[in-house]
Amino acid sequence: MGVIDDEVLPRMEKWPGGGLVVAAADWVFNQARANSLWPVTFGLACCAIEMMATGQPKYDLSRFGMEVFRASPRQADLLIVAGTVTHKIAPLVRRVYEQMPEPKYVLAMGSCALSGGLYYYDSYSVLKGIDQIIPVDVYVPGCPPRPESLLHGLMQLQEMIRHESFGERGARRRAQLAEADGQAPAEVEER
Amino acid sequence: MNCATLQHKLPHATILDPAAGEVLEITVRVPPADLFATLQTLRQDPELQLDLLANLAGVDYPPERIRIHYHLVSLSLKHRLCVQVDLPRADPEVASVVPIWNAANFFEREVYDLFGVRFLGHPNLKRILMDDDFVGWPLRKDFTHPQLVHKPER
Repeated sequence: MGVIDDEVLPRMEKWPGGGLVVAAADWVFNQARANSLWPVTFGLACCAIEMMATGQPKYDLSRFGMEVFRASPRQADLLIVAGTVTHKIAPLVRRVYEQMPEPKYVLAMGSCALSGGLYYYDSYSVLKGIDQIIPVDVYVPGCPPRPESLLHGLMQLQEMIRHESFGERGARRRAQLAEADGQAPAEVEER
Repeated sequence: MNCATLQHKLPHATILDPAAGEVLEITVRVPPADLFATLQTLRQDPELQLDLLANLAGVDYPPERIRIHYHLVSLSLKHRLCVQVDLPRADPEVASVVPIWNAANFFEREVYDLFGVRFLGHPNLKRILMDDDFVGWPLRKDFTHPQLVHKPER
């Protein structure tokens, strides 16, 4: 899908009347993406217990097309960072993120993933927020958030995906990645 | 096991009785030089048989000392004991007890990792929780790091 975003749609847009076709195609792809988010199986701490509860029948994530928790980041397009990220695990979180194919989305779940949470002060081992290493699309606060909160966050993500064009998505991704790398956001290249 | 028999078996150690109220279980304080021989006695003596090292932990008491706690349990005789040793904070060094209890291996690595106590004779004394290239002893109370540790504004 990254090829469609980065190669196919930009070229189609230059055809005569291509804008209409691209807008329609974008709408179709966005619906498909939003209604079939595949999260990667990735839990780090107690928030993962709530994430598992969300997947179980009582809360039933599969109502929204997300029941397929993939065991490999290469088959997933949503990373739910559920739990405390220490400095020791941070490079591995980044690697899981980088192994996911485009388009990919990140949901930070719980206070620890948002800002370090309980471990913000006087802690030598905890990363103060995963947005220091990977771009985050949705923040779900709570310690841990209830499954309803996670579902609400996921539905916010679906709304975002439905209303975003491929150009906006690419620009946002590049800016976030550059920021996470500690550089100034790179200029969006000319199509 | 009571404090009198313990004092008889360990004449050079300081025995603290929980009845006096300072400690919660029978506590033996020894100087670092006597530690290994004391612990060997505690394990091998037929009346003590402290065959399980349940816990080994460090506590930082700035400015001058680091205390190591050894929590021992006898599974056969069903009693427990705490051994404490005070080390100089500037240069903490003590004999490893891995030859007595193999369980001490990871415990001592953890205390080395977080407090910087060197255990002489340890088979593999390197960091266990922090990254290998980490600099500093993070559980010492004066530990600080400009990027890693955020302090609340007071």
